[in-house]
Amino acid sequence: MMDYIIGHINYWLIIAVMMVGMFTLMSRTNMIKKLAGLSIFQTAVILFYVSLGKVEDGTAPIVAEGFSTYSNPLPQVLMLTAIVVGVATTAVGFALVIRIKEAYNTIEEDEIRELDAKS
Amino acid sequence: MSLLVNIVLLSFLVIMAIAVLRIKNLLAMAMLFGLYSLLVAGLFVVLDAPDVAFTEAAVGTGISTVLMLVTIASVRDSHEVENKGRNSSLALLLSVVMGVALMYGIHDIAELGDPTAPAHTQVAARFIESGQAETGVPNLVTAVLASYRGFDTLGEVTVVLTAGLGILLLLLRSEKPRVKGKKKDAG
Repeated sequence: MMDYIIGHINYWLIIAVMMVGMFTLMSRTNMIKKLAGLSIFQTAVILFYVSLGKVEDGTAPIVAEGFSTYSNPLPQVLMLTAIVVGVATTAVGFALVIRIKEAYNTIEEDEIRELDAKS
Repeated sequence: MSLLVNIVLLSFLVIMAIAVLRIKNLLAMAMLFGLYSLLVAGLFVVLDAPDVAFTEAAVGTGISTVLMLVTIASVRDSHEVENKGRNSSLALLLSVVMGVALMYGIHDIAELGDPTAPAHTQVAARFIESGQAETGVPNLVTAVLASYRGFDTLGEVTVVLTAGLGILLLLLRSEKPRVKGKKKDAG
């Protein structure tokens, strides 16, 4: 039981962070905060993948004399790509927020919905 | 020992995420978000992923926070409106249900750091075994990124280019359509 908890508590905490991000995304009406929640969700997923690549007593995957156990390089490579792509898509989101502010003069989702219902 | 550091950093991470959720001032939220990304970068170092940590520290902590600050500055609206009437219990229920489902889903996943996990014995083992001999790069992350999965990186560049073009088209459009509403300064 103890071994199970020690082996999994990392994943549980990451899932907790992920769900806080998802709750931020769903419950807040401010669009900048929604995007922050989305980013938190995304970094939690990235963290989950990288922690799957960890090997006990391993070292960073850089070949050097005197080391034979390395962490798994594959999840790290995939998540490097995911971080950069994630920031690029978040940047598009922020650009959309700026345009929405110009068009509606608000960044609160429910106010925008009201304005849309009127016009 | 590294597990202890791990758990402390992850608890800070949970606290930081809840702080981002609760704080009303958006400028303070941007700062907290930067701290959150920095903690994530620290966690990557503990998880033996220095390359990912560099990227997270530069891109996540640096560029993301700056983008958020620029957005807050240009919408000139740094306070979140309090929404008393809004009911977020459905969102809370959904998050809790999904969290529990995920925790159930990972119950038979390999434990953290288990060297016999299938993820470490298949393709990754080959990368570690012959990566340096085949590509001449001692850093296996670079070897996989630039050589074995080079097309992935090409696709990433395409996504970044598309995102850049999209941002330019969104922000440089000269005519600005407006929605006339009840607000006196709209339009």
